[in-house]
Amino acid sequence: MDDDIIEEFLVEAYEGLDQLEQNFVTLESSPGDEQTLKEAFRTLHTIKGTCGFLGFEQLEIVAHRGENLMSQLRDGVLEMTQGITDALLATADAIRAILENIESTGGEGKHDNSALIVRLEQLAAGEDPNADGPAVREPVADIDVPEESTEIMDELDAPDTAADDETEAPDEAADEAAVAEAGEPADSSADADDDEHARIGDILVGAGVVDRTDVEFAATRQEEFGDQRKLGKILVADGRTSQADVDNAAAKQRHPEGTGSIRVDIGVLDELMNLVGELVLSRNQIMQLAGLEHLKEFTAPAQRLNLITSELQEGFMQTRMQPIGNVWNKLPRVVRDLSSQLGKQIRLEMHGEDTELDRTILEAIKDPLTHMVRNTADHGIESPTDRKDAGKDPEGVLSLSAWHEAGQVHIEIADDGKGIDADFMRIKCVEKGLITPDEADRMTDAQAVQLIFRPGFSTAQAVSNVSGRGVGMDVVRTNIERIGGSVDVKTESGVGTTFRITIPLTLAIIQSIVVRCDGVRYAVPQLSLQELVRLDVGEKIEEVRGVPVYRLRDRLLPIVDLRDQLGAEPVERGVGTSIVVLRADGHAFGLVVDAIEDTEEIVVKPLGRTVKDIDRFSGATIMGDGSVSLILDVMGIANSSQVLKPGSPTLDEADLVEAGTAGVDDRTILTVGLGGDSEVALSLAQIDRLEEFAAERVETSANNSVVQYRGEIMPLLDLGPQTGRGMSAFTDRERVNVVVCKVDGVSVGIAVDRVLDIVSDPEIRWNAEGSTETAIVKGHVVDVLDLFGLIQRYVPLTEKPETLAGVQ
Amino acid sequence: MTDTQIHTGLQVCTFRLGGLLFGVDVLDVQEVLYHAELTPVPHAPGSVTGLINLRGQIATSLDLRARLGEPGADETPLTTKPTHVVVRSSYEPVSLLVDRIGDVLDIEPDRFEDPPTTMNDEATQAILGAYRLDDEILLILDVDRLVELELPASEA
Repeated sequence: MDDDIIEEFLVEAYEGLDQLEQNFVTLESSPGDEQTLKEAFRTLHTIKGTCGFLGFEQLEIVAHRGENLMSQLRDGVLEMTQGITDALLATADAIRAILENIESTGGEGKHDNSALIVRLEQLAAGEDPNADGPAVREPVADIDVPEESTEIMDELDAPDTAADDETEAPDEAADEAAVAEAGEPADSSADADDDEHARIGDILVGAGVVDRTDVEFAATRQEEFGDQRKLGKILVADGRTSQADVDNAAAKQRHPEGTGSIRVDIGVLDELMNLVGELVLSRNQIMQLAGLEHLKEFTAPAQRLNLITSELQEGFMQTRMQPIGNVWNKLPRVVRDLSSQLGKQIRLEMHGEDTELDRTILEAIKDPLTHMVRNTADHGIESPTDRKDAGKDPEGVLSLSAWHEAGQVHIEIADDGKGIDADFMRIKCVEKGLITPDEADRMTDAQAVQLIFRPGFSTAQAVSNVSGRGVGMDVVRTNIERIGGSVDVKTESGVGTTFRITIPLTLAIIQSIVVRCDGVRYAVPQLSLQELVRLDVGEKIEEVRGVPVYRLRDRLLPIVDLRDQLGAEPVERGVGTSIVVLRADGHAFGLVVDAIEDTEEIVVKPLGRTVKDIDRFSGATIMGDGSVSLILDVMGIANSSQVLKPGSPTLDEADLVEAGTAGVDDRTILTVGLGGDSEVALSLAQIDRLEEFAAERVETSANNSVVQYRGEIMPLLDLGPQTGRGMSAFTDRERVNVVVCKVDGVSVGIAVDRVLDIVSDPEIRWNAEGSTETAIVKGHVVDVLDLFGLIQRYVPLTEKPETLAGVQ
Repeated sequence: MTDTQIHTGLQVCTFRLGGLLFGVDVLDVQEVLYHAELTPVPHAPGSVTGLINLRGQIATSLDLRARLGEPGADETPLTTKPTHVVVRSSYEPVSLLVDRIGDVLDIEPDRFEDPPTTMNDEATQAILGAYRLDDEILLILDVDRLVELELPASEA
């Protein structure tokens, strides 16, 4: 058999199935909806007809039984019950399973649908195995079948009818008649193979050439007085309209406006898109030239090219756009199945189904979206009893909205459930070891709620088969960020939770900002861009805990130097240095570049095999002047520079605010715990970095603890026991906190129980002995230890001992 | 280029690289460029000299000497104006930087020999065989294997 035909059949059948599932769910809530009934029946009928033609027997049997049941519903013999909906949805599942088999193997494969078939037959015969009594109503009077209507059939249906049992034939005919809405004979010159075609009378009324009463009058004549003439002819004969108008209407009926569409292979579209992208770039080049050459003859055609290209680009982008409803239409089924599984009542509301976005993006958000809807149904919305107790409607509402705003698409998934409890999040995350109790205390409620996006977090009390399978919101966030989007959550305890996804309209052509580093230009996607900053007089890039930072409006912004990342020679960064503030993984960081040049629209192109694994680049592009530029991967740079790794100063925003107001000078101290209540302070100016080592990395050399650090062997000073102020930092520990300080180029580690806080400009006084300083931190007194003195006393430095004294 | 083709004779595009004469199947050659602006790729394998724009398509440019592990490739630069021989590998177009482009030669199957055993491993992997000309040896390269040489083991 011709593969193309099967392919087309599969595409149509899948589309039909999606439609069917939606119809079934709609029907359950509004069983009397005739329009939906007819639509569902027609869809199933088309699938059945086509598979009969293509010789897929199993598929045909299942579809046929389903169709029989549907026809009983449509004729009002049966009423929709949950049992029937379940059976119909099971039918859709069975059809899908067979279709998938055909898609992958070309054959139907073996499927045992006998139980389903028996169930469908029982239901069609009015025996609901789960219901108390038969739900059969008296059949309504036989449908009058106008003879010519049997001809109004899809060509594909012909072999199907022939193949059917003779006894079934009259039924079939009746079905066909109903399918074609036979009551109103159409102008027979019209091609009636599309059920959606409008009736000629409606078209004429719509065009304003006749009154509805005239049409109704003519139709009554046809039906009740047996007028054999066509409706159009009657109208013309009565002088209500002209033959030309009727001909026009008939033409419209054959080719309705707006429904003319063709199927185009995605690959072809992608290739064309690429070419359009190239054209846009060439246009940019020509426009640049046109600006330089003051030739009138050249300017006008260049302008025209500019306009046409823009229109072409816009128009072409349109072909890739699909309504988000295409993804959403699977969700009613998901929510329905979930609510019956979980014993919840959930109403799904959708707003903005026709919001369009690029198909690649649509494809990318399909899974995250489904996952979030499942999560919401599972965790967000409470059980009906809980809801009643809380004084809410037992039926929970899950609402999906989508809209365009500022060149981006916003999608909201909102529920009116119990909300996310910040304290619950804190407790859970501490339990799971995702954060320390300290961190939990310091977090604001809003920050605690954001923990939902942490890897390894799953609030499911028990792992249900609905969600909580290890794929959490962190994966959702990663997937959305991969396409340049972001996801945010807002919640109010007892009132509900709203997740908002913001994604770009398209990925094919993106806005970028061009930066220069070491004489080479790089493109940075504008989606990750937050702002551009230039170092002013008096501003500088400082170091806090060994991490370069910039003070951006009282917040510490961790800094990455692009030269560092690209392996270029470092240069001194002074006044006038450009910082590109970027966002990755929900946090901001600053990328220092040599210069910021311009913004440019770019077409993302993949990198070749030899270079594609470099995580700092996401692709390459061709600039307006024809040269190639690499596109920086913001996430990749954040990862490889570890600028956003947990523990970096800006991530603990609580102590930032405290540390942030004053500069890092000798008056800023770091407080550390030495086990129990023992607390001491160290001068931050003497500290190089804060590190954490796995306990097994700590080795003993000549009775002294050492650790290998940045290619050196670093001696460790166990501050607690060696000063007699506390416990060993090594006992029963998996990880050891180490304060690293550099003494004339040699790193020395001070092992402490934990790092507490940074306090700037504390009140400092000399204690009674006059040998040490004390600081007042949060109302209590802490000794400030002289690091270099300690090191000199306790750490046997074999190299350069003479320099130690010089430090002080 | 497959082994069977070698034995039925083929046309090769030759080029010089240092003192050696190399050849690739002429059907694999897309074009020859005498000038192309190179964009460097930080962190790329050593033999990658940059990216070039091939009329809207981006091709990776390889220093063939480094690719073949020629000793001294690091110290002595290529001729000041190297020539780009753009070849079509099965994966993507790749530009090979060579010192000078040569003639297209017809080679006869019966004069085809195994590559010299004295050549290093990298080179032997990418060389299909040696062909004895009247006064020197022509080494025939396999384009796909050249691309694969520096890929992680899992992909090659």
